Amino acid sequence: MRKSFLIAVLVFLTATTMVFAQGAAEPKPKSNSLEIFSWWTAGGEADGLQAMVDVFNKKYPGIEIINATVAGGAGTNAKAVLATRMQGGNPPDAFQVHAGHELIDTWVVADFMEPVTFILEDNGWMDKFPADVIDIISYKGEVYSIPVNVHRSNVMWYSPKLFKKYNLAVPNTMDEFFKVADVFKANGIPALALGDNESWAATHLLESVILANTGPDKYRALWDGKVSWNDPQVRKGLSDYAKMMAYTNRDHAALANMDAAGYVAEGKAAMNIMGDWAAGYYYSQGFKQGTDWDWAPSPGTKGNFIMLSDSFGLAKNAPNRDNVIKWLALCASKEGQDAFNPVKGSIPSRIDGDRSKYDAYLNAAMDDFASNAIVPSVAHGAAISEPWLTRINDIMSVFTTDLNVDKAMREFQAASDRYAPKN
Amino acid sequence: MYCPKKDVRLAVMILFPLLALLFLFIYGFIIWSLRVSFTDWNGILPNMTWVGLNNYKLLFASQRFQTDLRNTFFFTLFFIAICIIGGFFLSYLLYSKLKGESFLRTIYLFPLSLSFVVTGVLWRWIFSPEVGLNSLLRMIGFKAEFGWFTSTHSIGGFNVALIALIIAATWQYMGYTMAMFLAGLRGIPDQLIESAQIDGAGEFAIIRKIILPIIKPITFSAMIVLGHVSLKIFDLAYAMTGKGPAFVTDFPGLFMFETTFRGNHYAEGAAISIMMLILVAVVIVPYLYLTFKGED
Repeated sequence: MRKSFLIAVLVFLTATTMVFAQGAAEPKPKSNSLEIFSWWTAGGEADGLQAMVDVFNKKYPGIEIINATVAGGAGTNAKAVLATRMQGGNPPDAFQVHAGHELIDTWVVADFMEPVTFILEDNGWMDKFPADVIDIISYKGEVYSIPVNVHRSNVMWYSPKLFKKYNLAVPNTMDEFFKVADVFKANGIPALALGDNESWAATHLLESVILANTGPDKYRALWDGKVSWNDPQVRKGLSDYAKMMAYTNRDHAALANMDAAGYVAEGKAAMNIMGDWAAGYYYSQGFKQGTDWDWAPSPGTKGNFIMLSDSFGLAKNAPNRDNVIKWLALCASKEGQDAFNPVKGSIPSRIDGDRSKYDAYLNAAMDDFASNAIVPSVAHGAAISEPWLTRINDIMSVFTTDLNVDKAMREFQAASDRYAPKN
Repeated sequence: MYCPKKDVRLAVMILFPLLALLFLFIYGFIIWSLRVSFTDWNGILPNMTWVGLNNYKLLFASQRFQTDLRNTFFFTLFFIAICIIGGFFLSYLLYSKLKGESFLRTIYLFPLSLSFVVTGVLWRWIFSPEVGLNSLLRMIGFKAEFGWFTSTHSIGGFNVALIALIIAATWQYMGYTMAMFLAGLRGIPDQLIESAQIDGAGEFAIIRKIILPIIKPITFSAMIVLGHVSLKIFDLAYAMTGKGPAFVTDFPGLFMFETTFRGNHYAEGAAISIMMLILVAVVIVPYLYLTFKGED
């Protein structure tokens, strides 16, 4: 008996020491490596990242790149993994994050990030980025992330075939939009394709409609919490949104945003407001610009550019800090951006991209980016924090269904009171 | 039962590592969640300021959570009822020496081998309002307008969009319930049925007076198993519908995930999970109590 008791104790001791040994012997990354954490797992995004990695490998052949990706659209799964790693004191070297408040309110405020202003200053690149962009990626005068690319949110994709068939002009203002929409509706065609299976697509549409009514200054102030949601122009934005829902496709709640963009190219719907990754989708599906699809700034937002951007930052305690700095410098360089963006289907965040590498749509977007007023996107984390955005998505889910402007206005105001920056 | 003291000591020693891990990682973290749910931790950094029941107040005031509770109630109700009634019906068919029994049994059980994620994607296509079942109905001349899981109609608090989810979930679990019942039916002695038949009892009288009372414990177990599946439901709704327009297909699990990991509201997320724990406990604790009482 004594013997079996001893065996049990031994088994127990070995088992527990093994548990602890496991914890201690966690594999350390190789000394000269660089772990890049992103949610770019598919299509043009993954290829774009690879293109940039290739440039990096050529420049620094001794550094091994560890490509850590977590699948899932808009990075929702990746963000959960990232949070676990950061809180556990195991940050990746470089990680992808939406530029703006998503980075700042989550990570910078919590003191997880190091400023990277010096990378831009040392290379003399501060003036290579539009001032509005520097503003979006800065917190208390320091730049905290390097935007690799820029997407535009306020783009209206339309079907030239349908507009020609009913002899209509592409709408420039909200009033014109509703006039055109009435004609399509009378002919049994959904004027506005929407795919809000994930509620951010509704928020995406709302930000364009609000901007159309407020203009850029009030739009910025609204997300700083300095304009009331009861402001007549903001209110008009909400009621315009509610009115637009009468012109959407019946199955919008079942569709993903790309399906809705597809409706336009297939001639099943006249217009769709979606970010300019839709252009990349159209090109990849073989739809022709000018016949199957074309674009204009979303109604009432000409001269404005709602931007969102993927960026990389420098986490405190990154295991390979020097390598991250090399990577970030590449992300900020013309060379790196021109390798990544033509493949990903976005424009560089610098104003001096090599035009010959980009397709027709992207060239047009670069023109607007260089000349327009640039404001941050709400639906993609540039303008507001994630808790605020999560709340807004919830409000939109109900608002899109009940179209109750007063109730939505009160709830948006309550969310703003709770989450807007206090200063 | 006779247990020598030495054996008990050995058993405790051997079980100790497992129990320690169990208590740490299950019960320890339940207590941790409970504690977090009373704090103001609403960001990446833990903030353990005590705010009492504040998170729960916010939760019960939120339209989303109210809808979630209603959805959970109706989903559980219909899911259990349909699985039990349908499962019993199927098992009785097999029990009555139906031809091709083993073939049918396999077919009934097959959906259970899929994960809820697969089921969700599959049924999402079938019920998609423009391309799925509806377009089939339109092809044969019906005017199919029903939005299935995108419908925002509600009958007395029951969101009709849940019908699509209930169909998908029962499709998967009815075969399982059938298997449970079939095992029970096979355990009924033939003499019992035969003597009832000799006494002149009809088929329905036999079902009602003999079979149902005998398989009552199985019905009860099936309800518990199905109940805990439906109260915790996450993967099916996540893969098939998401939260739906105005939360018509939302459940506390989805709400918890989005609140915690998208919105960084760790305290509110903890409060939701504690509420889910309470919901499940309400079902499981009486079951455990009755089970242990029965064993004494």
